[in-house]
Amino acid sequence: MPQVTLTVNGTKHTVEVEARTLLVELLREKLRLTGTHVGCDTSQCGACVVHMGGDSIKACTILAVQCEGADITTIEGLAKPDGTLHPMQEAFREYHALQCGFCTPGMVMSAIDLVNKHPGGLSEQEIREGLEGNLCRCTGYHNIVKAIAAAADVMQGRRSELARAAE
Amino acid sequence: MYDFAYHKPSSVADAVKLLAADPDARAISGGMTLLPALKLRLNKPTAVVDLSGIAELRGVKREGGTIVVGALTKHYEVATSAEIKAAIPALAWMASTIGDTQVRNRGTMGGSVANNDPSADYPAALLALGATIQTDKRKIGADDFFQGMFATALDTGEIVTAIHIPVPEKAGYAKMKNPASRYSMAGVFVARGPAGVRVGVNGAGANGAFRATAMEAALAANWSPDAVASIKMDPAMMNGDIHGSAEYRAHLVTVMAKRAVANAG
Repeated sequence: MPQVTLTVNGTKHTVEVEARTLLVELLREKLRLTGTHVGCDTSQCGACVVHMGGDSIKACTILAVQCEGADITTIEGLAKPDGTLHPMQEAFREYHALQCGFCTPGMVMSAIDLVNKHPGGLSEQEIREGLEGNLCRCTGYHNIVKAIAAAADVMQGRRSELARAAE
Repeated sequence: MYDFAYHKPSSVADAVKLLAADPDARAISGGMTLLPALKLRLNKPTAVVDLSGIAELRGVKREGGTIVVGALTKHYEVATSAEIKAAIPALAWMASTIGDTQVRNRGTMGGSVANNDPSADYPAALLALGATIQTDKRKIGADDFFQGMFATALDTGEIVTAIHIPVPEKAGYAKMKNPASRYSMAGVFVARGPAGVRVGVNGAGANGAFRATAMEAALAANWSPDAVASIKMDPAMMNGDIHGSAEYRAHLVTVMAKRAVANAG
Protein backbone atom coordinates (compact mmCIF):
# COMPACT_ATOMS: atom_id res chain seq x y z
CA MET A 1 0.00 0.00 0.00
CA PRO A 2 1.33 3.49 -0.79
CA GLN A 3 2.81 5.56 2.01
CA VAL A 4 2.49 9.30 2.33
CA THR A 5 4.52 11.60 4.55
CA LEU A 6 3.04 15.00 5.24
CA THR A 7 3.03 17.67 7.93
CA VAL A 8 -0.32 18.45 9.52
CA ASN A 9 -0.57 21.38 11.92
CA GLY A 10 3.18 21.27 12.46
CA THR A 11 3.41 17.53 13.15
CA LYS A 12 4.96 15.16 10.63
CA HIS A 13 3.00 11.98 9.91
CA THR A 14 3.79 8.95 7.77
CA VAL A 15 0.62 7.06 6.95
CA GLU A 16 -0.24 4.02 4.83
CA VAL A 17 -3.16 4.77 2.55
CA GLU A 18 -4.84 3.32 -0.51
CA ALA A 19 -4.06 5.35 -3.63
CA ARG A 20 -7.74 6.33 -3.81
CA THR A 21 -7.81 7.72 -0.24
CA LEU A 22 -8.77 11.38 -0.20
CA LEU A 23 -6.90 13.88 1.95
CA VAL A 24 -10.07 14.51 3.95
CA GLU A 25 -10.35 10.78 4.68
CA LEU A 26 -6.75 10.69 5.86
CA LEU A 27 -7.36 13.69 8.13
CA ARG A 28 -10.62 12.47 9.61
CA GLU A 29 -10.19 8.70 9.71
CA LYS A 30 -6.45 8.16 10.12
CA LEU A 31 -5.44 11.28 12.10
CA ARG A 32 -8.83 11.72 13.81
CA LEU A 33 -8.87 15.42 12.96
CA THR A 34 -12.63 15.64 12.54
CA GLY A 35 -12.85 19.42 12.45
CA THR A 36 -12.52 19.24 8.67
CA HIS A 37 -16.01 18.30 7.51
CA VAL A 38 -17.38 16.44 4.51
CA GLY A 39 -20.50 18.14 3.23
CA CYS A 40 -21.17 17.50 -0.44
CA ASP A 41 -18.11 15.39 -1.29
CA THR A 42 -18.31 16.91 -4.78
CA SER A 43 -15.99 19.94 -4.34
CA GLN A 44 -18.84 22.41 -4.20
CA CYS A 45 -19.71 23.18 -0.56
CA GLY A 46 -16.29 23.98 0.91
CA ALA A 47 -16.87 22.38 4.34
CA CYS A 48 -13.61 20.43 3.82
CA VAL A 49 -11.34 23.41 3.05
CA VAL A 50 -7.83 23.17 4.52
CA HIS A 51 -4.58 24.93 3.66
CA MET A 52 -1.84 23.26 1.66
CA GLY A 53 1.31 25.37 1.74
CA GLY A 54 -0.90 28.32 2.74
CA ASP A 55 -3.34 27.97 -0.16
CA SER A 56 -6.94 26.96 0.53
CA ILE A 57 -7.94 23.71 -1.14
CA LYS A 58 -10.85 21.30 -0.90
CA ALA A 59 -9.64 18.22 0.94
CA CYS A 60 -12.37 16.10 -0.68
CA THR A 61 -10.89 16.67 -4.14
CA ILE A 62 -7.26 15.74 -3.66
CA LEU A 63 -5.74 12.33 -3.11
CA ALA A 64 -3.78 11.84 0.08
CA VAL A 65 -0.85 10.59 -2.02
CA GLN A 66 -0.83 13.92 -3.90
CA CYS A 67 0.08 15.55 -0.57
CA GLU A 68 3.50 13.89 -0.25
CA GLY A 69 5.77 16.39 1.50
CA ALA A 70 2.97 18.94 1.84
CA ASP A 71 2.40 21.26 4.76
CA ILE A 72 -1.28 21.04 5.69
CA THR A 73 -3.12 23.25 8.17
CA THR A 74 -6.60 22.32 9.37
CA ILE A 75 -9.03 24.17 11.61
CA GLU A 76 -7.47 22.38 14.60
CA GLY A 77 -4.15 24.07 13.83
CA LEU A 78 -5.35 27.66 14.16
CA ALA A 79 -5.78 28.30 17.88
CA LYS A 80 -2.71 28.70 20.10
CA PRO A 81 -1.82 25.83 22.44
CA ASP A 82 -3.24 27.83 25.36
CA GLY A 83 -6.61 27.92 23.61
CA THR A 84 -6.43 31.52 22.37
CA LEU A 85 -8.46 31.59 19.17
CA HIS A 86 -7.15 32.80 15.82
CA PRO A 87 -8.51 36.32 15.07
CA MET A 88 -10.74 34.81 12.35
CA GLN A 89 -12.25 32.31 14.81
CA GLU A 90 -12.67 35.08 17.38
CA ALA A 91 -14.44 37.28 14.82
CA PHE A 92 -16.78 34.45 13.79
CA ARG A 93 -17.76 34.12 17.45
CA GLU A 94 -18.04 37.87 18.03
CA TYR A 95 -20.18 38.51 14.95
CA HIS A 96 -22.30 35.39 15.32
CA ALA A 97 -21.14 34.22 11.89
CA LEU A 98 -22.61 30.75 12.28
CA GLN A 99 -25.72 28.95 13.32
CA CYS A 100 -25.40 25.17 12.93
CA GLY A 101 -21.62 25.45 12.48
CA PHE A 102 -21.22 22.71 9.89
CA CYS A 103 -19.72 24.99 7.22
CA THR A 104 -17.68 27.00 9.75
CA PRO A 105 -14.31 25.19 9.60
CA GLY A 106 -14.21 25.54 5.82
CA MET A 107 -15.44 29.13 5.97
CA VAL A 108 -12.71 30.07 8.46
CA MET A 109 -9.97 28.37 6.43
CA SER A 110 -11.11 30.00 3.17
CA ALA A 111 -11.43 33.37 4.90
CA ILE A 112 -7.87 33.26 6.25
CA ASP A 113 -6.45 32.47 2.79
CA LEU A 114 -8.57 35.29 1.35
CA VAL A 115 -7.29 37.84 3.86
CA ASN A 116 -3.69 36.68 3.43
CA LYS A 117 -3.93 37.12 -0.37
CA HIS A 118 -5.24 40.70 0.05
CA PRO A 119 -2.65 42.45 2.23
CA GLY A 120 -4.17 45.84 1.37
CA GLY A 121 -7.58 44.91 2.79
CA LEU A 122 -10.81 43.68 1.23
CA SER A 123 -14.03 45.25 0.02
CA GLU A 124 -17.35 43.63 0.91
CA GLN A 125 -17.67 42.60 -2.75
CA GLU A 126 -14.24 40.92 -2.66
CA ILE A 127 -15.19 39.03 0.48
CA ARG A 128 -18.45 37.82 -1.05
CA GLU A 129 -16.70 36.73 -4.27
CA GLY A 130 -13.93 35.12 -2.23
CA LEU A 131 -16.52 32.88 -0.56
CA GLU A 132 -17.81 31.49 -3.86
CA GLY A 133 -16.48 28.07 -2.95
CA ASN A 134 -18.16 27.89 0.46
CA LEU A 135 -21.85 27.29 1.02
CA CYS A 136 -23.73 28.18 4.22
CA ARG A 137 -27.37 27.21 4.46
CA CYS A 138 -28.11 28.98 7.77
CA THR A 139 -26.79 32.50 7.99
CA GLY A 140 -27.47 34.19 4.67
CA TYR A 141 -23.75 35.09 4.76
CA HIS A 142 -24.18 38.64 6.13
CA ASN A 143 -22.55 37.97 9.49
CA ILE A 144 -19.84 35.85 7.89
CA VAL A 145 -18.91 38.80 5.67
CA LYS A 146 -18.87 41.14 8.68
CA ALA A 147 -16.70 38.73 10.66
CA ILE A 148 -14.16 38.41 7.85
CA ALA A 149 -13.95 42.20 7.44
CA ALA A 150 -13.38 42.59 11.17
CA ALA A 151 -10.80 39.79 11.30
CA ALA A 152 -8.98 41.28 8.31
CA ASP A 153 -8.59 44.51 10.28
CA VAL A 154 -7.12 42.64 13.24
CA MET A 155 -4.87 40.38 11.14
CA GLN A 156 -3.56 43.34 9.14
CA GLY A 157 -3.06 45.66 12.09
CA ARG A 158 -5.76 48.19 11.28
CA ARG A 159 -8.04 49.58 13.96
CA SER A 160 -11.00 47.25 14.04
CA GLU A 161 -14.62 48.28 14.10
CA LEU A 162 -14.82 46.96 17.66
CA ALA A 163 -11.87 49.09 18.73
CA ARG A 164 -13.40 52.14 17.09
CA ALA A 165 -16.73 51.47 18.82
CA ALA A 166 -14.98 51.19 22.19
CA GLU A 167 -13.37 54.61 21.84
CA MET B 1 -13.83 5.54 -6.21
CA TYR B 2 -12.26 2.31 -7.46
CA ASP B 3 -8.66 1.89 -6.38
CA PHE B 4 -5.77 2.26 -8.80
CA ALA B 5 -1.99 2.27 -8.86
CA TYR B 6 -0.34 5.64 -8.31
CA HIS B 7 2.80 6.87 -10.03
CA LYS B 8 4.59 10.16 -9.64
CA PRO B 9 7.25 10.50 -12.37
CA SER B 10 9.71 13.38 -12.25
CA SER B 11 10.22 13.81 -16.00
CA VAL B 12 7.99 14.01 -19.08
CA ALA B 13 9.88 11.06 -20.58
CA ASP B 14 9.06 8.87 -17.57
CA ALA B 15 5.42 9.97 -17.59
CA VAL B 16 5.10 9.17 -21.29
CA LYS B 17 6.64 5.73 -20.68
CA LEU B 18 4.17 4.98 -17.88
CA LEU B 19 1.19 6.09 -19.96
CA ALA B 20 2.40 4.22 -23.06
CA ALA B 21 2.83 1.01 -21.08
CA ASP B 22 -0.78 1.06 -19.91
CA PRO B 23 -3.57 2.41 -22.12
CA ASP B 24 -5.93 2.41 -19.11
CA ALA B 25 -3.68 4.72 -17.07
CA ARG B 26 -4.75 8.35 -16.75
CA ALA B 27 -2.63 11.45 -16.23
CA ILE B 28 -3.62 13.76 -13.37
CA SER B 29 -2.48 17.31 -12.77
CA GLY B 30 -4.79 19.39 -10.54
CA GLY B 31 -7.44 16.68 -10.58
CA MET B 32 -10.33 19.14 -10.52
CA THR B 33 -12.17 17.20 -13.23
CA LEU B 34 -10.64 13.73 -13.01
CA LEU B 35 -11.23 13.20 -9.28
CA PRO B 36 -14.96 14.09 -9.38
CA ALA B 37 -15.29 11.76 -12.41
CA LEU B 38 -13.53 8.94 -10.53
CA LYS B 39 -15.80 9.43 -7.51
CA LEU B 40 -18.80 8.98 -9.79
CA ARG B 41 -17.12 5.86 -11.20
CA LEU B 42 -17.45 7.38 -14.68
CA ASN B 43 -13.89 6.31 -15.26
CA LYS B 44 -11.91 3.31 -14.03
CA PRO B 45 -8.21 3.83 -14.66
CA THR B 46 -5.81 1.09 -13.70
CA ALA B 47 -3.25 3.71 -12.74
CA VAL B 48 -3.07 7.43 -12.13
CA VAL B 49 0.11 9.17 -13.30
CA ASP B 50 0.62 12.34 -11.27
CA LEU B 51 2.35 14.99 -13.39
CA SER B 52 2.78 17.46 -10.54
CA GLY B 53 6.36 16.42 -9.78
CA ILE B 54 7.65 17.31 -13.27
CA ALA B 55 9.56 20.57 -12.89
CA GLU B 56 9.88 21.15 -16.66
CA LEU B 57 6.09 21.62 -16.90
CA ARG B 58 6.11 24.61 -14.55
CA GLY B 59 6.47 28.33 -15.03
CA VAL B 60 5.35 31.24 -17.17
CA LYS B 61 7.81 33.10 -19.39
CA ARG B 62 7.79 35.60 -22.21
CA GLU B 63 9.78 34.66 -25.32
CA GLY B 64 9.70 37.65 -27.67
CA GLY B 65 6.12 38.12 -28.79
CA THR B 66 4.90 34.93 -27.16
CA ILE B 67 3.85 33.99 -23.65
CA VAL B 68 4.74 30.39 -22.81
CA VAL B 69 2.65 28.87 -20.04
CA GLY B 70 3.83 25.57 -18.54
CA ALA B 71 1.06 22.97 -18.46
CA LEU B 72 1.14 22.71 -14.65
CA THR B 73 0.52 26.45 -14.19
CA LYS B 74 -2.43 26.80 -11.84
CA HIS B 75 -5.34 29.15 -12.60
CA TYR B 76 -4.35 31.25 -9.59
CA GLU B 77 -0.83 31.57 -11.03
CA VAL B 78 -2.20 32.63 -14.43
CA ALA B 79 -4.43 35.20 -12.71
CA THR B 80 -1.54 36.69 -10.75
CA SER B 81 1.40 36.24 -13.15
CA ALA B 82 3.15 39.57 -13.77
CA GLU B 83 4.07 38.50 -17.33
CA ILE B 84 0.51 37.52 -18.25
CA LYS B 85 -1.06 40.54 -16.56
CA ALA B 86 1.25 42.82 -18.53
CA ALA B 87 0.93 41.05 -21.90
CA ILE B 88 -2.61 39.59 -21.94
CA PRO B 89 -4.57 41.09 -19.04
CA ALA B 90 -7.81 39.59 -20.40
CA LEU B 91 -6.35 36.09 -19.97
CA ALA B 92 -5.28 36.82 -16.38
CA TRP B 93 -8.75 38.16 -15.64
CA MET B 94 -10.36 35.10 -17.25
CA ALA B 95 -8.29 32.85 -14.98
CA SER B 96 -9.49 34.80 -11.94
CA THR B 97 -13.10 33.91 -12.85
CA ILE B 98 -12.62 30.14 -13.17
CA GLY B 99 -14.48 28.04 -10.59
CA ASP B 100 -13.73 29.19 -7.07
CA THR B 101 -10.57 30.02 -5.12
CA GLN B 102 -9.95 26.40 -4.19
CA VAL B 103 -10.32 25.22 -7.80
CA ARG B 104 -7.96 28.00 -8.93
CA ASN B 105 -5.42 26.87 -6.32
CA ARG B 106 -5.33 23.33 -7.79
CA GLY B 107 -6.59 23.34 -11.38
CA THR B 108 -4.05 23.85 -14.18
CA MET B 109 -4.13 25.30 -17.68
CA GLY B 110 -2.72 22.08 -19.16
CA GLY B 111 -5.38 20.00 -17.45
CA SER B 112 -8.20 22.25 -18.58
CA VAL B 113 -6.90 22.31 -22.14
CA ALA B 114 -6.43 18.52 -22.32
CA ASN B 115 -9.93 17.95 -20.92
CA ASN B 116 -11.71 20.47 -23.22
CA ASP B 117 -14.87 20.69 -21.13
CA PRO B 118 -17.44 22.64 -23.19
CA SER B 119 -17.87 25.04 -20.25
CA ALA B 120 -14.16 25.46 -19.58
CA ASP B 121 -12.87 29.01 -20.02
CA TYR B 122 -9.44 28.55 -21.62
CA PRO B 123 -10.37 26.86 -24.94
CA ALA B 124 -12.23 30.00 -26.11
CA ALA B 125 -9.25 32.18 -25.19
CA LEU B 126 -6.71 29.93 -26.91
CA LEU B 127 -8.84 29.80 -30.08
CA ALA B 128 -9.17 33.59 -30.10
CA LEU B 129 -5.49 34.20 -29.36
CA GLY B 130 -4.32 31.72 -31.97
CA ALA B 131 -2.37 29.74 -29.37
CA THR B 132 -0.31 26.63 -30.02
CA ILE B 133 -0.48 23.62 -27.74
CA GLN B 134 2.87 21.92 -27.20
CA THR B 135 2.80 18.24 -26.31
CA ASP B 136 5.53 15.73 -25.53
CA LYS B 137 5.86 15.02 -29.26
CA ARG B 138 4.49 17.90 -31.37
CA LYS B 139 2.94 21.36 -31.60
CA ILE B 140 -0.75 21.66 -32.44
CA GLY B 141 -2.58 24.88 -33.32
CA ALA B 142 -5.64 25.60 -31.18
CA ASP B 143 -7.93 25.32 -34.25
CA ASP B 144 -6.80 21.74 -34.80
CA PHE B 145 -6.43 20.86 -31.14
CA PHE B 146 -9.99 21.46 -29.90
CA GLN B 147 -12.22 18.94 -31.65
CA GLY B 148 -15.56 19.22 -29.90
CA MET B 149 -16.99 18.38 -26.52
CA PHE B 150 -14.26 16.73 -24.37
CA ALA B 151 -12.43 15.87 -27.62
CA THR B 152 -8.92 16.98 -28.56
CA ALA B 153 -6.21 16.06 -31.03
CA LEU B 154 -4.24 14.35 -28.24
CA ASP B 155 -3.38 10.70 -28.82
CA THR B 156 -3.76 8.24 -25.96
CA GLY B 157 -0.94 8.88 -23.52
CA GLU B 158 0.11 12.17 -25.14
CA ILE B 159 0.79 14.93 -22.61
CA VAL B 160 0.26 18.68 -22.95
CA THR B 161 3.53 20.26 -21.83
CA ALA B 162 3.05 23.99 -22.54
CA ILE B 163 0.80 26.51 -24.22
CA HIS B 164 2.37 29.13 -26.51
CA ILE B 165 0.25 32.28 -26.76
CA PRO B 166 1.08 35.13 -29.19
CA VAL B 167 0.74 38.47 -27.41
CA PRO B 168 -2.25 40.33 -28.91
CA GLU B 169 -2.68 44.06 -29.40
CA LYS B 170 -6.06 43.87 -27.74
CA ALA B 171 -8.12 41.19 -26.08
CA GLY B 172 -11.25 41.03 -23.96
CA TYR B 173 -13.45 38.44 -22.30
CA ALA B 174 -16.98 38.36 -20.96
CA LYS B 175 -19.10 35.48 -19.74
CA MET B 176 -22.48 34.78 -18.26
CA LYS B 177 -22.04 32.41 -15.36
CA ASN B 178 -24.67 29.91 -14.41
CA PRO B 179 -25.86 31.50 -11.17
CA ALA B 180 -25.69 28.21 -9.24
CA SER B 181 -22.72 26.27 -10.64
CA ARG B 182 -20.76 29.33 -11.90
CA TYR B 183 -19.91 27.42 -15.06
CA SER B 184 -19.99 29.44 -18.25
CA MET B 185 -23.42 29.58 -19.94
CA ALA B 186 -21.79 31.57 -22.72
CA GLY B 187 -18.37 33.17 -22.71
CA VAL B 188 -16.75 35.10 -25.52
CA PHE B 189 -13.06 35.94 -25.89
CA VAL B 190 -12.14 38.47 -28.59
CA ALA B 191 -8.60 39.24 -29.71
CA ARG B 192 -6.84 41.32 -32.33
CA GLY B 193 -3.23 40.39 -32.85
CA PRO B 194 -0.68 38.47 -34.89
CA ALA B 195 -3.29 35.82 -35.72
CA GLY B 196 -5.75 38.47 -36.95
CA VAL B 197 -9.10 39.24 -35.40
CA ARG B 198 -10.48 36.12 -33.76
CA VAL B 199 -13.46 35.31 -31.56
CA GLY B 200 -13.66 32.21 -29.36
CA VAL B 201 -16.86 31.05 -27.67
CA ASN B 202 -17.25 28.67 -24.72
CA GLY B 203 -20.21 27.31 -22.76
CA ALA B 204 -22.75 27.77 -25.53
CA GLY B 205 -21.82 25.56 -28.48
CA ALA B 206 -23.54 22.21 -29.02
CA ASN B 207 -20.12 20.82 -29.92
CA GLY B 208 -17.85 22.59 -27.43
CA ALA B 209 -15.73 25.72 -27.87
CA PHE B 210 -15.80 27.26 -31.34
CA ARG B 211 -14.82 30.35 -33.35
CA ALA B 212 -17.54 32.81 -34.31
CA THR B 213 -16.27 33.61 -37.80
CA ALA B 214 -19.08 36.05 -38.74
CA MET B 215 -18.15 38.12 -35.69
CA GLU B 216 -14.47 37.98 -36.66
CA ALA B 217 -15.24 39.44 -40.08
CA ALA B 218 -17.38 42.18 -38.57
CA LEU B 219 -14.76 43.11 -35.99
CA ALA B 220 -11.98 43.09 -38.58
CA ALA B 221 -13.91 45.76 -40.48
CA ASN B 222 -14.99 47.71 -37.41
CA TRP B 223 -13.58 46.95 -33.94
CA SER B 224 -16.50 48.07 -31.79
CA PRO B 225 -19.31 46.49 -29.75
CA ASP B 226 -21.80 47.76 -32.34
CA ALA B 227 -20.12 45.68 -35.04
CA VAL B 228 -21.24 42.42 -33.42
CA ALA B 229 -24.55 43.66 -31.97
CA SER B 230 -26.61 42.59 -34.96
CA ILE B 231 -24.89 39.23 -35.53
CA LYS B 232 -27.19 36.43 -34.46
CA MET B 233 -25.91 32.96 -33.67
CA ASP B 234 -27.77 29.96 -35.06
CA PRO B 235 -29.62 28.20 -32.19
CA ALA B 236 -29.19 24.91 -34.07
CA MET B 237 -25.46 25.18 -33.29
CA MET B 238 -26.05 25.87 -29.58
CA ASN B 239 -26.41 23.66 -26.53
CA GLY B 240 -29.81 23.61 -24.83
CA ASP B 241 -30.32 22.08 -21.37
CA ILE B 242 -32.17 22.65 -18.09
CA HIS B 243 -30.05 25.76 -17.45
CA GLY B 244 -30.97 27.53 -20.67
CA SER B 245 -32.40 26.85 -24.12
CA ALA B 246 -30.32 26.93 -27.29
CA GLU B 247 -32.14 30.15 -28.28
CA TYR B 248 -31.18 31.75 -24.96
CA ARG B 249 -27.54 30.74 -25.34
CA ALA B 250 -27.49 32.02 -28.94
CA HIS B 251 -28.71 35.38 -27.64
CA LEU B 252 -26.14 35.36 -24.82
CA VAL B 253 -23.25 34.87 -27.24
CA THR B 254 -24.06 38.15 -28.98
CA VAL B 255 -24.45 39.98 -25.67
CA MET B 256 -21.18 38.56 -24.31
CA ALA B 257 -19.38 39.39 -27.57
CA LYS B 258 -20.43 43.04 -27.25
CA ARG B 259 -19.23 43.12 -23.65
CA ALA B 260 -15.96 41.37 -24.54
CA VAL B 261 -15.16 43.98 -27.20
CA ALA B 262 -16.03 46.75 -24.75
CA ASN B 263 -13.77 45.12 -22.14
CA ALA B 264 -10.94 44.91 -24.68
CA GLY B 265 -11.23 48.66 -25.31
